[in-house]
Amino acid sequence: MQTETLIWLIPLPPLVAFTLIVLVTNKNRALSHTLGVGAAFLSWLGAIVVFARAIGEGFHHLGEAPFASAFNWLPLGDSFLQIGVRIDPLSAVTLFFVGWTVLMITLYSIGYQNFGAPKGDHDRPGLPPHGATVTDDHGHKHTVPSVEPNYSRFFAFLGLFAFGMYVLVVSDNLLTLFVGWEIMGLCSYLLIGFWYARESARAAAIKAFMTTRVGDVFMLLGLVYLYSEAGSLSYHVIFSPEVLERLAHDPAVGGLLGLTAAGLIGILLFIGTVGKSAQFPLHVWLPDAMEGPTPVSAMIHAATMVSAGVYMVIRIFPILSAGSDHGQMTAAMTVLAVIGAFTALFSATIALAQNDIKRVLAYSTISQLGFMIAALGIGAYVAAAFHLMTHAFFKALLFLGSGSVIHGMEHGVLHTGDHDVDPQDMRNMGGLRTRMPVTFWTFLIGGFALAGFPLVTAGFWSKDEILADAWAHQHYTVFITLAVAALLTAFYTMRQITMTFLGEPRTEAARHAHETPWTMTLPLAVLAVFAIVAGWIGIPNDFLGLDLGEINFFHGVAYTLLPSGIEPPGITFHIIPLLTSIGVAGLGLYLGWLVYRGYTAGASDPLQKALGPVYKVLQNKYYFDELYDFLFVRPAKWISETFVYLWLDRGLIDGILHTLARIAYWLGGIFRNRLEMPIISEGADRLGDGVRDFGWLLRKSQTGNVQGYLNIGLVLVVVIGVVVVLLLN
Amino acid sequence: MIPLSWYLILAAGLFCLGLYGVLARKNAVAILMGIELMLNAVNINLVAFWRYQEPLDVAGQVFAIMVFAVSAAEVAVGLALVISLYRRRRSVVAENMDLLRW
Repeated sequence: MQTETLIWLIPLPPLVAFTLIVLVTNKNRALSHTLGVGAAFLSWLGAIVVFARAIGEGFHHLGEAPFASAFNWLPLGDSFLQIGVRIDPLSAVTLFFVGWTVLMITLYSIGYQNFGAPKGDHDRPGLPPHGATVTDDHGHKHTVPSVEPNYSRFFAFLGLFAFGMYVLVVSDNLLTLFVGWEIMGLCSYLLIGFWYARESARAAAIKAFMTTRVGDVFMLLGLVYLYSEAGSLSYHVIFSPEVLERLAHDPAVGGLLGLTAAGLIGILLFIGTVGKSAQFPLHVWLPDAMEGPTPVSAMIHAATMVSAGVYMVIRIFPILSAGSDHGQMTAAMTVLAVIGAFTALFSATIALAQNDIKRVLAYSTISQLGFMIAALGIGAYVAAAFHLMTHAFFKALLFLGSGSVIHGMEHGVLHTGDHDVDPQDMRNMGGLRTRMPVTFWTFLIGGFALAGFPLVTAGFWSKDEILADAWAHQHYTVFITLAVAALLTAFYTMRQITMTFLGEPRTEAARHAHETPWTMTLPLAVLAVFAIVAGWIGIPNDFLGLDLGEINFFHGVAYTLLPSGIEPPGITFHIIPLLTSIGVAGLGLYLGWLVYRGYTAGASDPLQKALGPVYKVLQNKYYFDELYDFLFVRPAKWISETFVYLWLDRGLIDGILHTLARIAYWLGGIFRNRLEMPIISEGADRLGDGVRDFGWLLRKSQTGNVQGYLNIGLVLVVVIGVVVVLLLN
Repeated sequence: MIPLSWYLILAAGLFCLGLYGVLARKNAVAILMGIELMLNAVNINLVAFWRYQEPLDVAGQVFAIMVFAVSAAEVAVGLALVISLYRRRRSVVAENMDLLRW
């Protein structure tokens, strides 16, 4: 098949699966998940084939002549909005990891949603399964996990989500990118609220939707502004040197803040990413999004959707950097660097004090996305794309691993019957290493990749590249901030691993946890492979000063963003960032192990003693939820309930209407009593009476006597004659 | 030659006699006779005007003859009505004939 045709087809299978599951197969679990996984597999196949052909083309060549096809879509006056597909090195790489993670996560969901388990005793749709009682051959009663009541619905939503993501990746313009973006926003909302009977899940879903909406509105503004400036949203138009040149030199509309048009557009679009990729200050929704089932957290809130924000920023990097000489930061890039670096450090500190296994990962996701944004801010877009890819693999792995842990713990909870034990709380775990070996080893690989364990893991290479870029371009503030964030990352990752897997079980439930089925462990194993090898393609060519030849295959992504004929600027190897990477990772991991290895059940967190009141602040996420509640939610409620409803609606508008009604009533009374009754009605009566009376009067003259008539006629003739004679004279 | 005005005065007097008859007499036959007098007064006028104003034109005489014919027909109809009424009411008094009264 022609590559362009194939690209068009990639997003379709999940959409078809979504439609079929919703309309046809939703009663049949096996059929639904077969459709879901089958569609994910087809898309994966398409993605891999396209990726392989992209490699075959060579990134250098592909950057100049991407696979692209487009046609006119919406007629707009004298032009058309085009839609089309485009695979350049960046989208090829993105397609690769999206294909893999979507397939793995869909497969994993079969096990996670307990396919094959009996129906729950008192499960109902909208709540997580509570477990089912079964009687074995010996007559013993056991409580085992029960199947998810809304099983098919889950796969339908995953399909729709995958469709959105693929649309976003293959599209050749910002408009369809935005369409995919919003489809994912919807799916995120639906899946966070998957257990909709839970108050907290509903609240989290609404929070996620509303918060990202804030960003999306700004992004839409940016798109409109860009369209009005460039007349198109297709990449090949808006990233052409002429358009960029113009954007870089035109001042922004209204001369806002002294920005150029490119700067304002870039910042507006970036605010969309701030919402989608949960950057400060719109980061608050992502941790709450962990209310959704774990595969959702893995897919949407770690590997793909939040990555889409970074993907979009990489896409628009030419606009962000328009007008800068090499190495010099534009205003928009400064914003990115500040927000990214701050977010990276800020959320890493919060992650230190979280006890929910998924929340730690959620904050680490925010932190890692901050790394990427900061990297973009200092111009290291290749490093950002590299980290985007490795992060997608190892964070998906970690989330799926945590889901596996939770699943194992739930098994233990059901076995012991002690439902007070929270299966997500790491304080209740410990010792899962021997009980869940596959999960342990894969989680360890993922955790080490996140922490940047030197030389082996993917995370090390990508994070190292970001730090190296920061160092090489003398952005020392960013460098130090990210290095500290990396240290904290390694620390809380090791804390998580230690608390979860090492030591002795701290609860009965943990003691009875056991390994999850192959549908869950297989994706873990596959992703674990990528969490290691995905980093090797980005090893610097001059690592340690050696000449490794063209080992760095990933650098070719740069050709996506560069005008043709320009080689991507390389950075020379420097030992300091390398030592920093190794140092912070090693130190963090060691400290994490050292501090938490002796953690026992019921003991307070060792950090609590060390940090004192700061720990409480961290645990409460710097009170951002409370702050936003105070700043936005309550004023919004006050405005809607008191101001708009009571004052404006009931008081002012209803008051005006009531007054109007009263005035109309009063006017009506006046008209009736003063005009209608006495004048019109009475007048008509009088007229009738008068005519009648006059008629009575005239009747008398009709005597029937011809001579009488003639007499009158004579008199009249005489009178008229006299008058005429007098007048004529 | 007798001046025209004399004829006109004669005709006016005759017309007034007829009119008086029509207005004042009770007998319906007498009323019809009054009408005849008025018509003949007009005829005198017509002939007089013809003779004094346009003697070469016969229109005046023709008019007079037309009036005779019409008055003869009218009297025939009028007397028939009077006879019919008399048969019904045994009276030819005009005042009693109030069929058109309200």
